[in-house]
Amino acid sequence: MLEQQLINALTLGSVYALFALGFTLVFGVLEVINLSHGAVFMVGAYAAMTAVTRFHAPLGVGILAALLVSGLLGLTIDALILRRLRARKAPHLIPMIATLGVTTMVTSAAQGLFGVEVQRFPEAMLPTGEFVFGEVHLRTLELGIVAVAFLLMALLFGVMRYTRQGRALRAIAESPKAAALLGINVEGLFMLTSFSAAALGGVAGVLIGLDFNAVTPMMGAPILHKGIAVVILGGMGDIRGALFGGLFLGFAEVLSKAYLSSQMGDAVAFGLLFLILLVRPVGLFGRVLERKA
Amino acid sequence: MSLLSIRGVGKHFGGLHVLEDVSIEVPGGAIFALIGPNGAGKTTVFNLVTGLLKPSTGSIAFEGRDLAGIPPHQITRLGIARTFQNIRIFPDMTLLENVMVGRHHLLDYGGLALLFATPAFREAERRSRERALELLSWVKLDHKAEATADNLSYGEQRKLEFARALATEPKLLLLDEPVAGMNPSEKAVLMEEIRNIRDRGYGVFLIEHDMRFVMNLCDRVAVLNFGRIIAEGPPDEIRTHPDVIEAYLGRGDEAEVS
Amino acid sequence: MAAFADFWATYSTLVYSVGIHALLALSLWLTLSCGLLSLANAAFMGIGAYTAALLTLQLHWPFPAALLGGAVVPAVVALIIGAPTLRLSGVYLAMATLAFGEVTRILILNLQITGGPEGLNGIPLLTTGWHIVIILAVAGYGLARIRRSRLGRAFEAIREDEVAARLMGIDIEGHKLAAFTLGAVLAGVAGALNAHFTFFISPREYGFENAVDILTMTILGGTTSLIGPVLGASILTLLPELLRFLHAYRLAVNGLILVVVVLFLPTGLWDARRFRQLLKNRRARKGGQP
Repeated sequence: MLEQQLINALTLGSVYALFALGFTLVFGVLEVINLSHGAVFMVGAYAAMTAVTRFHAPLGVGILAALLVSGLLGLTIDALILRRLRARKAPHLIPMIATLGVTTMVTSAAQGLFGVEVQRFPEAMLPTGEFVFGEVHLRTLELGIVAVAFLLMALLFGVMRYTRQGRALRAIAESPKAAALLGINVEGLFMLTSFSAAALGGVAGVLIGLDFNAVTPMMGAPILHKGIAVVILGGMGDIRGALFGGLFLGFAEVLSKAYLSSQMGDAVAFGLLFLILLVRPVGLFGRVLERKA
Repeated sequence: MSLLSIRGVGKHFGGLHVLEDVSIEVPGGAIFALIGPNGAGKTTVFNLVTGLLKPSTGSIAFEGRDLAGIPPHQITRLGIARTFQNIRIFPDMTLLENVMVGRHHLLDYGGLALLFATPAFREAERRSRERALELLSWVKLDHKAEATADNLSYGEQRKLEFARALATEPKLLLLDEPVAGMNPSEKAVLMEEIRNIRDRGYGVFLIEHDMRFVMNLCDRVAVLNFGRIIAEGPPDEIRTHPDVIEAYLGRGDEAEVS
Repeated sequence: MAAFADFWATYSTLVYSVGIHALLALSLWLTLSCGLLSLANAAFMGIGAYTAALLTLQLHWPFPAALLGGAVVPAVVALIIGAPTLRLSGVYLAMATLAFGEVTRILILNLQITGGPEGLNGIPLLTTGWHIVIILAVAGYGLARIRRSRLGRAFEAIREDEVAARLMGIDIEGHKLAAFTLGAVLAGVAGALNAHFTFFISPREYGFENAVDILTMTILGGTTSLIGPVLGASILTLLPELLRFLHAYRLAVNGLILVVVVLFLPTGLWDARRFRQLLKNRRARKGGQP
C-alpha cells in the first residue's frame, strides 16, 4: 500500500538523484553532456559484483571498489578524450557524440566479459533483516541504499559549499577563463570532477543493482535516459535540481507503476521530460547553456 | 515620410533600462549615423529594428508600416538588411555561396522546380549567380569568389558581409561598425563603397566609433548616451554640441570632437 | 555467371542491408546538414517499418501503397513533434529526440497492435534489390538537387550561423521542420523496406543503440557530401561480417570507430576539401624536387 510504495519510491529516487548528480556535475563544470555516465554506472555494479563474488569481499568493500573503478574509468575517458576535445574548443555536440562511442565500447566489452545474463548478488552477502511498522516493511537493504546515497550527496554538497575545491569548482562553472586567471588549476579540477562524477555514478550502479538484485551489461541505457530526464527536469548544471529531480522521478515512476500501469511507469520519465522541454527548457533550477568564457 | 521611423522606443531587460524614449527618423537615399560611447545601446537599436528583440515601449515603422510582431526573416524581405559588429559570415561556404544565401527570398522557385531542374529554376539560379558576382565585384572580391570564406582577412570578411547584405536587395542597409579593425586605406575604400550605395538610392543607417569616418561620410548623425538620444543633426552641429563632447570626453579637455 | 549466383545467394542479405543503411545514413545526414542532431531516426525507421508491415499483413495492401504508408506516417509524427521540439537548440534537441525515441520504443513494446515484445512475424518478403536501388537512387538524386538550390544553401546557412541566416530572410523554423520531416520520411521508407526483407521485426531493432549506429555510419563517412553517408553505411554494415571472430566484442569496434573519428578525423572519411588540400600539397612537394 501507499507507505510501502513511498519507501520504494524514496529508495529508487535517492539512487536516481545520486546518478543525476554525477551527470549534472560534469555538465556544470565541464559543460559536457557525458553520455557515458550510464556505462560507468554499469561498470560500478560489475566491479562490486566481482569483488563480492570473485574475491569474497564484504559488500562495503564492493561499494568502494565500484567507486574507485568507475572513478578511474571516468578519469580515463576525460584524459584520453574529453581533454583533447577541450583543447580543440569543440562545439558541445562533439563530446556528446564521442561519449556515445565510449558507451558502445564499454557495454560491448562488458557483454564479452560477463555475458548477457542477469547476475545477482549472493544472498549471503546481502544485509538481511527488516524493520516492521505495522504492515510496512522497511528492509535493512533499502535503508542502507538510501543512507549511502544521501551520505554521498551530502558529502558532495558539503564539498561544494564549504571547501576550497568546491568554491573553485563553482568558479569554474561560472567562467573557466576567469577561474584560471585567479590561479585555479582548472585542468586538475576538471579531472577531479570527471573522477568524482563517475565514482558517484558507479556507486549508483551498485545501489540499483542491489535494489533490484540484478546486474546486466544493458543496465546503463535505461538509467541514462532517466538521468537525462532528471537533469533536464531539475535544471542542467544545478545539483539541487538533480536531487529534487531524482526524488521526484522516483516517486512519479513508482506511484505510476503502482496505481496506473507498469508501462506508464517507464514512460512517465519521458512524458515529464517532454513537457519540461517545451515549457521551460532550462529546467526548474537550471541556467542556459551559454557560458560567458 | 522617413524610410525608417523609430518613435519613443524603450527597451528594458528586467530592471535594466537599455534604451529610453529613443526617437529617430532615418531618411532614404542618405547616410545616417548612430554614434555614442560604448554600452550606450546602439546595437540594441539595430536588434530592435531587425526584429531580433521586441521594444518594451514605442514603435518602429518601415516605409510607414509598423514592424511590431513581424519575425526577423520577414523584416528582411520587407527591405532591411544588416551587417554585424562581430562579422557573421558563413565560414564553410565559398564567397559566392555566402552572397547567394542573401538571394534566398528573391528566388521563388518551389520544390518541384528544384527537383527537376526546370528551365525556370536554372534561369533563376543563373541570374542569382550573376548578381552575386556583380556584388562581389563592387567590393573587389570577385576574384576570390570560389574561395572558402574562412580564409579571408578581417577586412575582406567585412566586405563580404557587406556584399551579402546587398544581395537581399534592401532599401535600407544597417551597418554595425562597418570599418572596425580596418586600416586607413581599407576604410577609405569602404567609405567610397557606401557613398556609391547611397548614390544608387539605398538608405544607409550605420553605427560607428571612428569619428573621422562618420563626420566625413554621413549626412545626419544621432548621438546615443546611456540609452537616450542626446543630439541629432548634421555632422557639423554634432561635432561642436556640448552634450556630445561631454558624453565622449567628460568635462573640460578637448573642445571639439574631430 | 554461376559464380555470381553463388555470391548473390550468400551475400544478398548483406547487400540489401548496405542499401537500407545507406538510406538511413542519408536521412541523418539531411538533418545534420541543417545543424540538427536528431537521435530520433531509428524511431522513425520503426514507425515506418511497423506501419508498412501492418498494412501488408493486416490490410493486405499492395507493396507500393504500404511503402507510401511507411513514408507518410513518420512524416506526420515528425510534423507533430517537430514543431515544438525544434525550437530547442543543439544538445537539448538531441536529448529531446533521444527521449522521443525511447517513448516510441516503449509504445511499440506495449501496444497490442504491434505485437508487443515479440514483434511482428511473417511479413511478406516483398523487397527486391530493385526497390532498394531505385529508392536509394531517387533519394540521392533528390538530396543532390536540394544541395544545389536555395534550400540546400539555406540549410547550410542555418547550420553555420542561425542568426545570420534568419537575417538573410530564411525562415529558420520552417526549414528545420522540413529537414526533420524529410529525414523522417527517408528513415521510415528504409524501415518499411527492411521489414519486408527481414520478414520479422521487433522493438529491439529501433532503439537507442540503433540510433547510435546510424550516427556512427554518418559521422564515419563524413557529412560534407552525400558520398560520405553511403560510404560509412557500407563500411559499418560489412565490418561486423569481417569481424565475426571477435564475437561480442565486434560491437565495441563501432564505438571505437566513433571515438576515433571524432577525435582524429572530424570531417569523416570522405572530405572533398581535404582531398584537394592533400593533392595540392603533393603537387607542391613534387614541384620542389629537382
